Amino acid sequence: MGLKMIVMVKQVPDTHNITGDAMKPDGTVNRSKLPAIINPEDLNALEEAISIKERIGGHITVITMGPKKAVEVLKECLYRGADDVILVSDRKFAGADTLATAYTLKFTIEKIGHFDLILCGRQAIDGDTAQVGPQVAEKLGINQISNLLEVLEISEKEITVRHSITDGYEVARSPLPLLVTVSSEANQPRSPSAKRVMIYKNIDKKDDGVEDNLIQANGPGLVQKITEWDADFIGADPAICGLAGSPTKVKKVENVVLAVNDIQQIPPTEAGISGLIHDLMNDHII
Amino acid sequence: MSDKKQVMVFIEHSEKKIANVSLELICEAGQLAEKLDADVVAVAPGYDMKEELASLGHYGCKTVYYINDKRLAHFTSNPYAKSIINLIKTQQPEIVLFGATETGRDVAPRIASALKCGLTADCTELQIGEHKVKSQIYENVFLGIRPAFGGNIMATIVTPESHPSMATVRPGVMKMNPPDTSLKADVSEVESGLSDEDFITEVIEVVRREKTVNLGAAQLIVAAGAGAADPNTLGLVRKLANTIGAELGASRPLVDSGLLGHDHQVGQTGTTVRPNLYIACGISGQIQHRAGMAESQRIIAINSDPDAPIFNIAHYGIVGNLNEVIPKMINAYKDKA
Ligand SMILES: Cc1cc2nc3c(=O)[nH]c(=O)nc-3n(C[C@H](O)[C@H](O)[C@H](O)COP(=O)(O)OP(=O)(O)OC[C@H]3O[C@@H](n4cnc5c(N)ncnc54)[C@H](O)[C@@H]3O)c2cc1C
Ligand SMILES: Nc1ncnc2c1ncn2[C@@H]1O[C@H](COP(=O)(O)O)[C@@H](O)[C@H]1O
Repeated sequence: MGLKMIVMVKQVPDTHNITGDAMKPDGTVNRSKLPAIINPEDLNALEEAISIKERIGGHITVITMGPKKAVEVLKECLYRGADDVILVSDRKFAGADTLATAYTLKFTIEKIGHFDLILCGRQAIDGDTAQVGPQVAEKLGINQISNLLEVLEISEKEITVRHSITDGYEVARSPLPLLVTVSSEANQPRSPSAKRVMIYKNIDKKDDGVEDNLIQANGPGLVQKITEWDADFIGADPAICGLAGSPTKVKKVENVVLAVNDIQQIPPTEAGISGLIHDLMNDHII
Repeated sequence: MSDKKQVMVFIEHSEKKIANVSLELICEAGQLAEKLDADVVAVAPGYDMKEELASLGHYGCKTVYYINDKRLAHFTSNPYAKSIINLIKTQQPEIVLFGATETGRDVAPRIASALKCGLTADCTELQIGEHKVKSQIYENVFLGIRPAFGGNIMATIVTPESHPSMATVRPGVMKMNPPDTSLKADVSEVESGLSDEDFITEVIEVVRREKTVNLGAAQLIVAAGAGAADPNTLGLVRKLANTIGAELGASRPLVDSGLLGHDHQVGQTGTTVRPNLYIACGISGQIQHRAGMAESQRIIAINSDPDAPIFNIAHYGIVGNLNEVIPKMINAYKDKA
């Protein structure tokens, strides 16, 4: 028995490590030059699910909505301990903002059926919005707790957690089902297990778009293939998914240029520095 | 529903004290309301706060919709969201603003989802403007401007078909006007319409952490960067701050490495500051740091690298080693004081 858990993960460009060649000459970001990674706090969500499973048993299904290549992050989750993974992918989902994403994930979760606990990252580093978690909770009509720091008690009926609030933290209890967003402070994600890498590294879809062209993984009782669902299959209304279902639109994007000040060079000498301090004191700044 | 348009602010509070970010947003809402010929109003779920809420008038709030219910004394997601959703449905404001705090970022998406409207996260600038899509022109729409992609670009987000448009706004970014204590807001009590089943989360214990520094309000800040990460140099930076009576700020590497608490961090993911004087010690001036301090009245940059980008926004630049420059500054100050 144990808990039925669903972990939501997202593949994101590594915006935290933008290097020189990822910037275009005009100063904008060249997304294609950024490596695609699993959103860091989603690893914390997965880790939390794995440690809950270790505590009271359970089953972990990881879902991601994204392009075909997002299958990479699902493999990563299998290496780390997911029991089951689902890629939700369809051209109709392209251009989704957080609301449209939340719809798609809601339909996916309803298709999965029963669950006790949904875990997601606090926020994704590409948009830094921290919206998808609470929006999925609302769409499913379940309770939510944001910024999980620690699971204090857990049973098949309820959970007690410590989570951060605006100026401190709080201990709170909620019955299940529940959605929690997990912050990077909650845990240290474990590394992929070498054994699991061996089992799953060949589980893949050939990138030729043919649904059933799967290379099967070996090993009894293990996931045999990466499940892929499209809009029709999950029963998602295309009018509310993807760009069509997104109320927010990007009007424009600008490079950040901050005003350049006329700088006064102060020589690093005793006289230079003493003159500067003197001026600041005369102006009553210090 | 009022006949006048309304710009609404969610009031965050703890132990009956209204959060600064809510006051900042009331002031900012005033700017937006003027352009729309609208009233600034507030929505405040809470308990036993009538007087505190009336003081929102000092900052320009006309009406506070006070959802007074003993069970709402402390924030939890579902009942707060539900009662605010009900109020938005009856009042139909044009715009609803939330602080981009833990509370605001928890409740706002839940509300936006239920109302199926657009929510722009973590704005640093708000405007009313025009938006064109092909031949269609939307007048007087809400523009939320926010850093994106790790702060490397600024994006302007519109939600032209969304009623209302919603946004969360970073604390400390919008200016708070001095209060006019002669003005009081009209506090209008509203039924919460909640049942006991709506209160799902049970709060067992709340631990408030006192801020170790209050950078937002500081007039003098001496900030340490990765160039000051060794104990000796950090000690010197601290000493300079103490000598001139400044608060100690920091760039992110010093906070990430655990040398200083997060309250010290200046920048996009830290505090936004605008002191009279900001002394950047061993800070290169990456965009995410500058985003939090570029509006300081005067900036002194000390850096051994003459090409460090911090010099582009500094008023005074000292190219040199911190370990030599800072002692000279301390001595010069002591000599003159
Ligand atoms: C999404 C995101 C959010 C971020 N948010 C923030 C934020 O809120 N705040 C923030 O600060 N950063 C933030 N960062 C990190 C930011 O990009 C930079 O990495 C960081 O600001 C660099 O800090 P620094 O200038 O102290 O370090 P460095 O860039 O390493 O610069 C150190 C400087 O010290 C100088 N120096 C070294 N030794 C000496 C010496 N002895 N004397 C004089 N000078 C010396 C060097 O020349 C160098 O210029 C964020 C990054 C991302 C991706
Ligand atoms: N496309 C997606 N597929 C699966 N999970 C997602 C997706 N987008 C966001 N999430 C989850 O929602 C969290 C918050 O995302 P965001 O609102 O974009 O900051 C992420 O950390 C993920 O756990």
